[in-house]
Amino acid sequence: MNERCYGMSHLNQRSKWGWVIFFLAPSLLGLMIFIVLPILSSLWYAFHDWNLLSPPRFNELDNFKELLADDRFWRALQYTLMFIVAYVPPVFVLGLALAIFLNQKIRGMIVVRTATFLPVVASWVVVSLIWKWLFNPSYGLVNIGLGAVGVEGPAWLFEPNTALYAMVITSIWKDVGYIALLYLGGLQSISQTYYEAAEIDGASRWASIRYITLPLLSPTMFFVLITLLINYFQMFEQVWLMPMRDSAADRQLEVVVTEVVNNAFRYNRMGYASAMSWVLFAIIFFITFIQLRLQKRWVYYETD
Amino acid sequence: MKQTNMLPRLLTYIGMLVLVMLAVLPFVWMLSTSLKSQEYILSATPQLIPDPITFESYTKLAERIDLTRVIFNSLFVAVIGTFGQLVVASMAAYAFSRIDWRGRDTVFLLYLSTMMVPAVVLVIPQFILIRSFDWMNSYAALIVPSLFSAFGTFLLRQTFKTIPKDFEEAAFVDGANHFVIFWRIDLPLVKPALATLAVFGFMGLWNSYLWPLFVARRDEMMTLPVVLATLQAGPRSLTEWNMIMAGAIITVLPILLIYVFAQRWFVQGFISSGIKG
Repeated sequence: MNERCYGMSHLNQRSKWGWVIFFLAPSLLGLMIFIVLPILSSLWYAFHDWNLLSPPRFNELDNFKELLADDRFWRALQYTLMFIVAYVPPVFVLGLALAIFLNQKIRGMIVVRTATFLPVVASWVVVSLIWKWLFNPSYGLVNIGLGAVGVEGPAWLFEPNTALYAMVITSIWKDVGYIALLYLGGLQSISQTYYEAAEIDGASRWASIRYITLPLLSPTMFFVLITLLINYFQMFEQVWLMPMRDSAADRQLEVVVTEVVNNAFRYNRMGYASAMSWVLFAIIFFITFIQLRLQKRWVYYETD
Repeated sequence: MKQTNMLPRLLTYIGMLVLVMLAVLPFVWMLSTSLKSQEYILSATPQLIPDPITFESYTKLAERIDLTRVIFNSLFVAVIGTFGQLVVASMAAYAFSRIDWRGRDTVFLLYLSTMMVPAVVLVIPQFILIRSFDWMNSYAALIVPSLFSAFGTFLLRQTFKTIPKDFEEAAFVDGANHFVIFWRIDLPLVKPALATLAVFGFMGLWNSYLWPLFVARRDEMMTLPVVLATLQAGPRSLTEWNMIMAGAIITVLPILLIYVFAQRWFVQGFISSGIKG
């Protein structure tokens, strides 16, 4: 097809390609060197044994075979899944509730919106450390608060199970504003006329949420769910920083990304760590794919 | 207004108050802790407003680490990196939206597909690449790999596409070339998108941890989050929480201030970062 360029430049195809190269060179060159080449070499490492010192040695599928038999990897995957099961449902629901709340037209709501978004822009390192201090068993605000109502708080970040809940709470606090923001976009695209019609028909507030908001919001919900899953299969900072050093939680609690990092940067097993990172990628890819297939069942797309 | 509306109104205001407290209290506690001396921290009756207020944790922090250097590192990496991202992304976005060329959309799709690869897959080979360039412990290692994320190009391309072609055609007739069009006409028209990308890029680089943790290992090259994470004591000595919280304040305050003053660009960035999926 003969592509038409603007104005006079269609007379000079050669100069057009010159401009394309000029504008694309920095990004394509950089992308090749710093993204595409690393992706390919990572795939290559995944089939090699390499400790950075001696030259890489091709070992066929050994890394993947070892992975299947590696208890530490399975435990990391198990903790990742446990974390997701404990974290995703509450943040999914609380995010929606917060969005519906923030969507009210009330003076001063902008302050609430700003405040609930502060944890989102703070770095994970800062948030992890603030909450590590809050969850300190003897001097942390959480246990002091529990003590004030007569409950003896656990040694949160010392034991794997309680540490998991502490990290779930921290993550909800950090992310709920972001999830609410994603929902708000969806809420604001729902036409006001539906609600007006429902009000005329005498529908209660709850009924209009149930029969108007939720169905029309299902594409956003679907999107939120995928985002949450993709992000949390890759969780890292909380788990890396929060458990108390040398406690049972610290020794046992690993997720997939911390295991990749341990293998790569503590034990210098670059090939094995690369293989593990590709397995994680495959899991994420697979789940996203399944989600996309399943969405037809429950996502309602408005047609007009 | 009807009287019956009073109760829900009141409940809403209470809800607003509770939400603000929940969101802000941990930050307030961080500030409060950083202004206490060690013996007041380890107390079972917490004081929200420290009495006495002391800056000793900040002094201690400044003795322990080279604070000016670390702040400079963080700032330098975030500012230069953001600027680089804007240059790279806006140029690519121009080629992907304002010039017609064969295969453009295919190349763009391939370009976008790199966004699907998770960071954890990239961190190992990028580390090895940086090592082979002899870039370990350099600003280049901290900045350069971040410049080529497809997200910025995606965002700016969307915005460039909304500019009517008439603007450019008039300029072409006047003899302007693509660079002049890009620089004089298109860029000024997409300032809001550039601002969004700038605050978002700045935040990403300022908060980044996983990457600098492995390429900036020498003290003089560390950025704030990396240093902050090293302040935790070993199992046998006492963790000085007032000093850690002082470091956390220094790390988080700039980004919170930028957020409060440039709120809408942040919000835009988060919305579009979601869209990328």
